[in-house]
Amino acid sequence: MEWLNTILQGILLGGLYAMFAAGLSLIFGVMRLVNIAHGDLIVLAAYIALVTVQALGINPILSLVLVVPVMAAIGYGLQRGLLNRTLGDDLLPPLLVTFGLSVIIQNGLLELFTADSVKLDAGTVEIESIAVGGGLAIGVLPLIQFALAVAVIAGLQWLFYRTALGRAFRATSDDQPVAQLMGLNNAHVFGLAMALSLAIVAVAGVLLAVRANFDPAIGPARLIFGFEAVIIGGLGSMWGTLAGGIILGVAQAIGAQLDPGWNLLAGHIAFLVVLALRPEGLFPKVDRMS
Amino acid sequence: MPDPKLQVRGLDARYGDFQALFGVSMRVTEGEVVAVIGANGAGKSTLLKCIAGAMAVRHNAIMFHGVPIGGGPAHEVVSRGIALVPEGRRLFPSLTVEENLLVGGQLGRKGPWNLKRVYELFPVLEERRNQPAPSLSGGQQQMAAIGRALMSNPTLLLCDEISLGLAPIVIRDIYARIPAIVAEGLSLVIVEQDIVQALKTARHVYCLQEGRVALQGEAKTLTREKISAAYFGV
Repeated sequence: MEWLNTILQGILLGGLYAMFAAGLSLIFGVMRLVNIAHGDLIVLAAYIALVTVQALGINPILSLVLVVPVMAAIGYGLQRGLLNRTLGDDLLPPLLVTFGLSVIIQNGLLELFTADSVKLDAGTVEIESIAVGGGLAIGVLPLIQFALAVAVIAGLQWLFYRTALGRAFRATSDDQPVAQLMGLNNAHVFGLAMALSLAIVAVAGVLLAVRANFDPAIGPARLIFGFEAVIIGGLGSMWGTLAGGIILGVAQAIGAQLDPGWNLLAGHIAFLVVLALRPEGLFPKVDRMS
Repeated sequence: MPDPKLQVRGLDARYGDFQALFGVSMRVTEGEVVAVIGANGAGKSTLLKCIAGAMAVRHNAIMFHGVPIGGGPAHEVVSRGIALVPEGRRLFPSLTVEENLLVGGQLGRKGPWNLKRVYELFPVLEERRNQPAPSLSGGQQQMAAIGRALMSNPTLLLCDEISLGLAPIVIRDIYARIPAIVAEGLSLVIVEQDIVQALKTARHVYCLQEGRVALQGEAKTLTREKISAAYFGV
């Protein structure tokens, strides 16, 4: 029963990792940009939520109404003002620039908020749980988080395959020069993709901040979890990314159950095993002949 | 002489240090079909890319309805009514046939073309509307690429080597639809390796040789000898 509980907690945690990963894989898919600052942007979103909650005295979950559009606007501005200039045939410039951005965000947050770890308080919902029988109980908060993650992934899937914006994303991803010839302004499309990515980052950041303590330095580790979930799930597949996040979460939970020190190690080992046995990931998007 | 719809004057184009076009001039009038012929590497595709706004060239080297459009950006040139059917089709491989057409029409320019009309022109596309674009045969892909360009309701359509790699019967089939397309009131520039097809379709022909216009004239006045001389530079 203890193991069942462990796995259940791992699955719920996996939803959060899937959200770290979704934004990352979205922008890599659309514009081949590897965003090293992704983890730090998650932490930035958490701090924006902190400021919002302190200023307005609202519940952290409610602060999403504000944090999501703010992060989306930051994303659009960042892409059009800075990152679009780094894109080209060479993958290195965006890598270096986002690495620099990561350093700037970390140190900026350190200056503003000190290195003390903080946490968002979601109130009594944090300790509520639902008994599911057999002595097992699911926390309401983790359940909300997981449901949000599934909703975000399903929403992304719908947006990508059912809307004009999703078509524009996929067309631009396929062939940028021809997309331009069809009247798509790549600079704008990329801006929208980054805005969407950071909107997801905002949700992930708030959930992270409610779940555990955070400080300005924890971004890079979130980036690694995001990368691992993307690789485990297979690039280009939204539901694969969710599965990747869940596998990572379960592996970490099992590791922690065996020995508290093995928490992160178990996740990394699961990732390495997948990378060694199925480098294309567990659920790669079926590569249609081209 | 009627006012030209498209006027290219003294167009130079380069890829880095390599100059592909030297002082090319051409004009296309309303409703006219113009063919650009020439050997491989003569600069035909480059010329079309310049007109479509995909290359950095002098702004006033290309005038469309008297407005300079040289150097793009390409997405603004489309919104003015110029659409390119790129060499090698270049359909979006992860999109279905219908999604490819919809991307072509996403600017929402007014005009005679929509999904229904494109499907009437190329019925086979409607049968395969939900299939991934790469699953189509070469000829069907070419039809989809033409349909995708038409979806933006251009008044000037640029077709780059639409016969490339296709069987003669398929080429005839596609060229048979050209009159129906032109009848909707657009001008057409075709780049073509198949000289016979080009002379049959176009009223005015330009022959490029190593980035320069080597010969031009009414299709019916050009003799085979003149064309071979301009084509091969002998």
